Order: sequence, then C-alpha cells, then structure tokens
Amino acid sequence: MRTRNRLALRTLALGYLAVLLVVPVGFVFYRTFEHGASAAWHAVTTPSATHAFWLTIELVAIAVPLNTIFGVVMAIALVRGRFRGRSIVGPLVDLPLALSPVVIGLALILVWGTKGWFGQWLTDHGLQIIFSFPGLLLATIFVSLPFVVRETVPVLREIGTEQEEAAETLGAGPFQTFWRVTLPAIRWGVAYGVILTTARALGEFGAVSVVSGHLAGSTETLTLQVEDRYEAFDLTGAYAAAAVLALIAIAVLASMTLLRRRRGDVAWASS
Amino acid sequence: MFGRPSGGGLARGIAMGYLSLIVLLPLGAVAARSVDGGLAGFWRAVSGREAVAALELTVIVSLVVALVGAFSGTLIAWVLVRDEFPGKRLISALIDLPFALPTIVAGLTLLALYGPRSPLHVDVSFTRVGIAIALLFVTLPFVVRSVQPVLMALDPEVEEAAASLGARSSQVFRRIVLPSISPAILSGAALAFARAVGEFGSIVLISGNRPFRTEVASVFIYGQIQSDNVSGAAAVSIVLLAVSLLILVGIGYLGRRAAKDADEE
Repeated sequence: MRTRNRLALRTLALGYLAVLLVVPVGFVFYRTFEHGASAAWHAVTTPSATHAFWLTIELVAIAVPLNTIFGVVMAIALVRGRFRGRSIVGPLVDLPLALSPVVIGLALILVWGTKGWFGQWLTDHGLQIIFSFPGLLLATIFVSLPFVVRETVPVLREIGTEQEEAAETLGAGPFQTFWRVTLPAIRWGVAYGVILTTARALGEFGAVSVVSGHLAGSTETLTLQVEDRYEAFDLTGAYAAAAVLALIAIAVLASMTLLRRRRGDVAWASS
Repeated sequence: MFGRPSGGGLARGIAMGYLSLIVLLPLGAVAARSVDGGLAGFWRAVSGREAVAALELTVIVSLVVALVGAFSGTLIAWVLVRDEFPGKRLISALIDLPFALPTIVAGLTLLALYGPRSPLHVDVSFTRVGIAIALLFVTLPFVVRSVQPVLMALDPEVEEAAASLGARSSQVFRRIVLPSISPAILSGAALAFARAVGEFGSIVLISGNRPFRTEVASVFIYGQIQSDNVSGAAAVSIVLLAVSLLILVGIGYLGRRAAKDADEE
C-alpha cells in the first residue's frame, strides 16, 4: 500500500482513539488536580470516601475468590465432565454478560427484596439483603461470574488429558493430579480470568446501584460515590473518586498486558 | 474429586448449585414476575408509549453504534496489525481500557470533555449523539479484539502479490482482506450491539434521561424500579433480554455461514 494512504489511515485511526478515549481519560486527571493536589487528596480521604473505598475492597475480596473457585470447578466440569445438559450450562454461565446490569439488580430485588420471593421469610427472621451488604455482594458476584470460566475453558482444552492420565497411572489421587498437574498447567488462564473478574467487580455500577439504596458511609461503593457526588454538584469529589477508579483500571490494564505476554511466552516455549 | 472419568460429582454439584442460586433463581423471578398481571399485564407494560419509545431508541442507537464500531474497529485493527509506528504497543494495550474502566467513570470522563463545562465548547450532554458516543466508548474493544487476531493470521504476501499484479489498494482490501475478516467483524459488532442494548452506567449521566427523547431502555427500567412498578420493569427487561439474545444467536448463525462459505471458496 502507498505511503500516503497508510499515513491517512493511521491518522484517522489514532485520531479516533484520541478523541474517544485518550484525551477524555487524560482530562479527568487534569480536572481532578485542577484545584491542586491537596484538594484532590482531601476529596478522597473524607470519611465517606474511605468507607466507600473499603466497602468496594471488601466486596472484591469476597466475590473474586468465590468466583475463582467456582470458575475452575465449572471449567473442569465443562471440558472434562460428561453429564446431561452440559451443552446448555456453557451458555448459562455466559448469561450475565448478555444482561443489562439494571436487569440483574431487578432480578435480585425480585428474589431477596421485601416483596420478593423470599421477602416474607427474610423479614420474619430479621434478615435484610437488599439495601445492605449481602445485596451488594450478590450483585457483585453475579456480574463477575463468567470470566474465570471463560478464560480457563480454552486452556483446559488445549492442554488435553495425557498428563493427567499419566499422573493417575503413576498412582496419583485425584487431588494430587489436580494440584500437581492440572492447576500448574492452567494457572495463567486462571490468573487472566481473576484479573477480569476483579476489574468487573470493582467497577460494577448498574446492578449495585439498584440494590444499594445509596447510603453514604453505609452502602455506597466507589462507583456509586462518583454518581452521588456528581448529582450533588460536588464535581471535585466526583472527579477524585473517578480518578481513583481510573488508576485502578490502568493497573488492571497493565497486568492484563503483562499476563498476555507471559501466556504468549508459555505457548511459544511449549510449541 | 475430579479424577473419575465422569468428571467429579460433589464439586460439580456445588458449582451447579452456586450458578442456580446466583444467576438462575433471580432470572426465573424476572420471568415469573413479568407476567404478574397475566399476559395482558405484560403486554400493557411493554406497549406503553414511554416503554416503546425507550426500546426503539435503544435498538436504533445500538444498531448505529454497532455499524460505526464495525468500521472504526476494523480500521483500528488494520492499522495496529499492518502499520508500524512508534508507540504502537502502548496504543494496542489501551484498546482494552474501556473493559477495565468502570462504566460510570467512562460516562463522567466523556461528560468532562464533551459536557456542559466543556473546554472545547462541545456539549453533547442530554442528546442522542451523547448516548452514541458513550456507547462507542464502552464497545470499542469488541470489533478491534475480534478482527486483530484474524488479520495477524492473514499472509500479507497474498495482498502484496495482488498489488504487484496491478490491483488498487481498495480492490485488494475488498477482494482479499475483507472476505477473510468479515465473520470476525460481524461477531465483534454483534457483541457490541448486545452490550450497547443493556448499557447503563456510561449513559446515565450523559443522557439526561428525558422520556421520549433520551431515555434508553435500561434507564427506563431503573425508573420503573424506583417507582416500585417491578412487574412492569420485569416485562420490559424480558423484551430487552430477548432482543440481545436474538441478535447474538442470529449473528452467530450468519458468522458461521460466512465462515463456511469462505472455506468452500
């Protein structure tokens, strides 16, 4: 292709990315520090901001390990298992990706809310799920459920069963085979899935917004705080909370890139 | 645990129970509650003027976004694979940023630059254009990430041969590159569409949520939940889910057919 065309296409593509992605994200950091670093620091260290931060971390710390264990078990069942209905379980696992976050929030309310299926029973036992921590947790787990499964399944397919069978022939029990043979072989796939799960869990907004009730200092996560502050005309606060989340997102992006390269190396070395 | 040829009973059973409790039970509740008022109630909820307007806007904007994304995504993928320039790897890594960035931050980000206090004096807030821009932002990775690997696997020598035989570059692209990457473009655009149909966080601040003008389906559903009309919200949710599943299944079928045609040629 001629150089002139090539340059024109390059300019077009990079211009599009700049206008849509790079300049807006950069500008949020500018807005955050517009009134000085101390104002930004002050905005992210108010009691409600630190509460929102730790609440988000707590949700991630519970949701991610649960979904990781589920993801590995489910991936092994989908690839190695032979059971009835296997062909519909795969699409079911992917379902959270095709759903609007608002619909997910609604679904949780319809089961766990005061007027939901279990509402009466929960009220009788003095339990509250919606508008409190368990509701936020259920929403976070729901939206971040598919990622470990999706990243582990192709790796499991690729490694095949030869080594696992060899280990068993040599007398290894199922547990030993899993820990010594299967898990080391799939670890980069699982790790990539864990990063995607974490990113989604940290950043969820819609589903959490429906089940939260938006109580600052109680059920307000970091993402909800961005909206609440914006709606309350606290722009510096909104930009500061957004900048914290954007920094985390950039860290996630960096680890995604590193892991992809790592995974590439592994594939390259074993071929 | 996993060693038996059947694939392991107990662990799998627990995983199935987890999936059912977290995902299937709540979705069952949406389906059941959408017909609280019988089929007539369902129909009333989804044929109300505001609901129809919101669903229409959602489908049309999502189609436009999928189409624009198909073009821009293919262009970006091509430049990232076939062009060489400094900083290419950084740009390639940045493509995934919309996946990693929380949607509400994406919305605020666009609003800061293209909103009422825009330093460029471009204000798209409370408009349909604003909605489309937010959706283009969050769906950016889909087409790029689906086309990029296919382009990488294509041998540039074929293109060079065609060019040396006198084909113009537009001809080379249309006759040689496009047929091989069109299934990937299609599936990327389908994923972008499905994502756009349900999107909420990036839109909620920028759209202003004016009924009949800039209110998309997810925001409409949110409003219905807030005003305690959960069965109406559930009915519209079912329609929204049906739309995105229909598109995913339909385009998956088209993609498979295109791949088969390409094999047979």
